[in-house]
Amino acid sequence: MSLEDAAAAVGLLGVILYGVLGGADFGGGVWDLFASGPRRDEQRAAIAHAMGPVWEANHVWLIFVIVLLFSAFPPAFSALSIGLFGVFHFVLVGITLRGAAFVFRGPEVAEEQTSHWGTIFGVASVITPLLLGMAVGAVSSGSLRIIDGQVRIDGPTPWIAPVSLVIGALALALCAYLAAVYLTNETQGELREDFRQRALLAGGFVVGLAVVALPLLYWEASHLWHGLIGPRAAPVVALGIATALLSGGALLRHRYRLARAAAIAQVSLLLLGWGLAQYPYLIYPDVKLHDAAAPEATLRFALYSLPVGAALLIPSLWLLFRVFKRKPL
Amino acid sequence: MDQLAAARSQMAVSLGFHMIFAASGIAMPLLMLMAEGLWLRSGKRHYRDLAQKWAKATGLLFAIGAVSGTALSFELGLLWPRFMELSGSIIGPAFALEGFAFFIEAIFLGLYLYGWNRLSPVAHWLTGIPVAISGLLSGILVVAVNAWMQAPVGFDLDSVGRLTNIDPLATFRSPFWLHMAIHSSLSCYMAVGFAVAGVYAVGLLRGRRDAYHHAGLTLAMVMATISALLMPISGDFNGRMVAQHQPAKLAAMEALFETQAGAPLIIGGIPDEESGEVRFRIEIPYALSLLVAHDPHAVIKGLNEFPPDERPSVLWVHLAFQIMVGCGFLLIGLSLWYWWGRWRRGTVESKWLLRSLVIGAPLGFIALEAGWIVTELGRQPWTIYQLMRTSEAVTPVADVPSSLLVFTVLYLGLGVALVMLLLRLARGRLPTGDSATQSRETGHVS
Repeated sequence: MSLEDAAAAVGLLGVILYGVLGGADFGGGVWDLFASGPRRDEQRAAIAHAMGPVWEANHVWLIFVIVLLFSAFPPAFSALSIGLFGVFHFVLVGITLRGAAFVFRGPEVAEEQTSHWGTIFGVASVITPLLLGMAVGAVSSGSLRIIDGQVRIDGPTPWIAPVSLVIGALALALCAYLAAVYLTNETQGELREDFRQRALLAGGFVVGLAVVALPLLYWEASHLWHGLIGPRAAPVVALGIATALLSGGALLRHRYRLARAAAIAQVSLLLLGWGLAQYPYLIYPDVKLHDAAAPEATLRFALYSLPVGAALLIPSLWLLFRVFKRKPL
Repeated sequence: MDQLAAARSQMAVSLGFHMIFAASGIAMPLLMLMAEGLWLRSGKRHYRDLAQKWAKATGLLFAIGAVSGTALSFELGLLWPRFMELSGSIIGPAFALEGFAFFIEAIFLGLYLYGWNRLSPVAHWLTGIPVAISGLLSGILVVAVNAWMQAPVGFDLDSVGRLTNIDPLATFRSPFWLHMAIHSSLSCYMAVGFAVAGVYAVGLLRGRRDAYHHAGLTLAMVMATISALLMPISGDFNGRMVAQHQPAKLAAMEALFETQAGAPLIIGGIPDEESGEVRFRIEIPYALSLLVAHDPHAVIKGLNEFPPDERPSVLWVHLAFQIMVGCGFLLIGLSLWYWWGRWRRGTVESKWLLRSLVIGAPLGFIALEAGWIVTELGRQPWTIYQLMRTSEAVTPVADVPSSLLVFTVLYLGLGVALVMLLLRLARGRLPTGDSATQSRETGHVS
């Protein structure tokens, strides 16, 4: 494996961790916004309880990915920053409002303002993963062109193309699914049943959106379609679909721990499949990993510093999740 | 407004906003640790109450720092894509190391903020230590990027203007790094220390002369005083580094238009770039040469040595520098007054001292922001000193004025909301109702 491939693999791992951990926090916000029924307040309390200690650590995976992107592939970062100027700004507004609103409505400080910040928290949690998914869609769609170092956009704004919209919606549904499945593991009794139903609902959306996405990819982004069904990605995607079905089945049978493990595998495999289908392009069709790679010294530094960082981070993260995620409410 | 002006403004708004929360993320954990440590040692509950109150404030401030920092990591590319394309691979390693430090801070802050009832008291206190250390470390590491932009080293330039032979640790070899890291870290402890001291001075002025308020003021003043007293030493090192590596910036800071032997120190005044005069100034003969070169007759380069298109704005750099130094010395005086008062009169602070502490509360942050303005405006017209102009780094996207507007409104709104919440937190009941009454023999519970 070349150095740039290794760096890209690490970046993809960061994307997967952000998806599995940070994605669920966005999903928590979604269910906060749509909290309903007789246990509405308990639902919100369970979400706040689950997110509180971990959301900032989970959020750092996004920073990790961005820093790796501009260290290891600086021209690609530059091109994306120009081509996706608008959507990235909206994402940042969403990220900022989500984080701020979450702490602003916390029990320590908020009184009568709670509902306003709660609404902002929920709406920002819906919009941000949608926009991030749309940005991913734009990168894969082929309409963001980089010719002679100049960024050009073919046709309409790429992140509001149909493919991008469907990928954005899929990202949102997956976040909501993950959050609800995690919450079934962190609650008990009727509250758990609430989240189980929400997980099944979100799972239904995931299936529906996947069914819409497949023909759309075939017509609108055929290179991605061919990548996904190609020999590299197809086994991963197939395994992803299998774990998705397993996760849904486990939910139906009230097997919560299995559902959580399968849901994590499902999202990880789908993101891995997307990465493999995208390979060797960072931005299809003009930027390949090799062309955008930073000098060898930087790539080596990035890769060699990882084990050191991991040796610090893994025990710390283990402690964080052990202290706060061992027992349900 | 053109793209360049808008992009510079957006960067200023974003970084100026973030800096307040970054400074809090560095210094507040130290206060929490001190208070909780004193509680563990003495068992006095007002120390635990302080630690819990400060932990709550830190939780709010850190979250805003985290999201505004995320915005900055994107904005580096959104506003300055050419800069990131040129130098991403050389400044990336410092950001990556900072990222690890920040990650550790976020993880242990989660444990600290939410672990009061889940960890033993000592274990809980111990989780605060990585927060304080990694907070400081992330500041030190990220400043390396700025130090490198001030004095870029560790690469060769090829024929098409790309950086080759990159040293991945180049940012840490910039001559500015060590001095900037010390200066900026001290400024964080100083700014936060005086701001917190001001909060407790308000409480004492309102008659809440209890152990809780006295301890809050004392701990904040310990942190503020130590950093304030070290500041002039650190500032002296930085000044001489600037003289050596960025003489144009030094000339702008000191409003020195003409090269001179035995240059005077100009205090205050309004520089007029047309005439090269400084109106309303106070001059101390030979003092600048003495400060910079430790020789009263040394020659100091003036702005006339540099082509007009390579000069920073004398007016703004000089004014910001005067504000920074002025606030710094006022605060040193304030801390000396505080400790003198305590030594002479015991623990009861005088009304005038408390009032002065309230007025002094924002000065540390004003100095911090002014110092950053000196550093950044003084580097202009360069993004990377003598390598890339700011006008070459800026994005070609025409929408920057709109994004500037959005971010300005967003940060103004968040700033106002946060100030209101912090005020409510400061005024509100103590974290645990029972201990409040026990530790406040004479206080009024609001």
